[in-house]
Amino acid sequence: MARITASVYTSHVPAIGAALDAGKSGEPYWQPVFQGYEASKAWMQDNTPDVIFLVYNDHATAFSLDLIPTFAIGCAAEFQPADEGWGPRPVPVVKGHPELAAHIAQSVIQDDFDLTIVNKMDVDHGLTVPLSLLFGQPAAWPCPVIPFAVNVVQYPVPAGRRCFNLGRAIRKAVASFDQPLKVQIWGTGGMSHQLQGPRAGLINREFDQAFLDQLIADPATLAQKPHIDYVREAGSEGIELVMWLIARGAMNDSPPRVAHRFYHVPASNTAVGHLILENT
Amino acid sequence: MALNKPYKDIPGTTIFDADQSRLGYHLNQFCMSLMRADNRVRFKANERAYLDEWAMTEEQKKAVLARDLNWCIRLGGNIYFLAKIGATDGKSFQQMAGSMTGMSEEEYRNMMITGGRSIEGNRVVGEDGDAQAHRQPQGRAGQGGH
Repeated sequence: MARITASVYTSHVPAIGAALDAGKSGEPYWQPVFQGYEASKAWMQDNTPDVIFLVYNDHATAFSLDLIPTFAIGCAAEFQPADEGWGPRPVPVVKGHPELAAHIAQSVIQDDFDLTIVNKMDVDHGLTVPLSLLFGQPAAWPCPVIPFAVNVVQYPVPAGRRCFNLGRAIRKAVASFDQPLKVQIWGTGGMSHQLQGPRAGLINREFDQAFLDQLIADPATLAQKPHIDYVREAGSEGIELVMWLIARGAMNDSPPRVAHRFYHVPASNTAVGHLILENT
Repeated sequence: MALNKPYKDIPGTTIFDADQSRLGYHLNQFCMSLMRADNRVRFKANERAYLDEWAMTEEQKKAVLARDLNWCIRLGGNIYFLAKIGATDGKSFQQMAGSMTGMSEEEYRNMMITGGRSIEGNRVVGEDGDAQAHRQPQGRAGQGGH
């Protein structure tokens, strides 16, 4: 049977991808950001999964206002890096895992979560920047990836509680897949940031650190946090953090082992947070 | 009964909810069209003519021509869509975000390097933080400087 071995959490700031692609990762501004992922890259080499289930949000790339799915699962064999207006990132094509994706869709929909099934979709920085941070610049990504897009652009976005319960449904779905796959689930986005209006540039370290503490130790309580707390305390785009609860809900109920924790301000407009939790 | 919108009292912040999305549908879809290189070229060649192809309000068109992102957002624009205009102009996300504060690019960048904007005074309308309406524009522009 398949099983979830670990969860990875990281911000997915587009400027990080741009810095890496332009060869600027050694510059004083960016060096502390990439330094924070060195231990993670080493961990990933020792713990490369068979499949990554990657929770992220699309930023008006694959989904315009014509269609706004709350949860969308990528079931295709491959996904092209998108042109977001600056040209596509020079990163490998993302190979999917259609069999596991279809299995998860079937299981999770029957557990009352309305997933939109996507068989054709380009993937933007929300998905490719986390891959770059954890794998660097390989010629091909080391394993298949199932993209799972969450609407956090148009309010209301799904509640933290619903995201956490969705994670539990994904855990159950993976556990019933009849192949011996090691699956990682990644939750991306955040941490505190606001990209619009006179309050742009908001950062809230205390909120972010408390979020990380509680995500590790008491996620069920964290899942009860209402939207307004994220928006008010962590910025209008800080609401992306609800996606981390999907990944956390997919972990076992027993306390995880913290393999790595990192926090840095800033990357462009954003506080960068990163965690690796192993199932024990 | 009206829907509860508890986010209306956050200073300097417009939440892109279903009502804003309805107002901004054509504006945001215009932005979306700029993801295609040939459309970017046509837009840059004659912005007004390109905008006239869209069912946008006159005010939305003026806000785009003025590159006033706060104005665009009031009229239903969403920052991830508006970012396509910035990309067409060769602007970074940081330049776009900074433009909404009144700060110069350097002032905004320095604010971020030194830890970002503080939450203190910026949670609720009526406090005295730097994102409050009575403290706009920010930076030297707000002190009569240039």
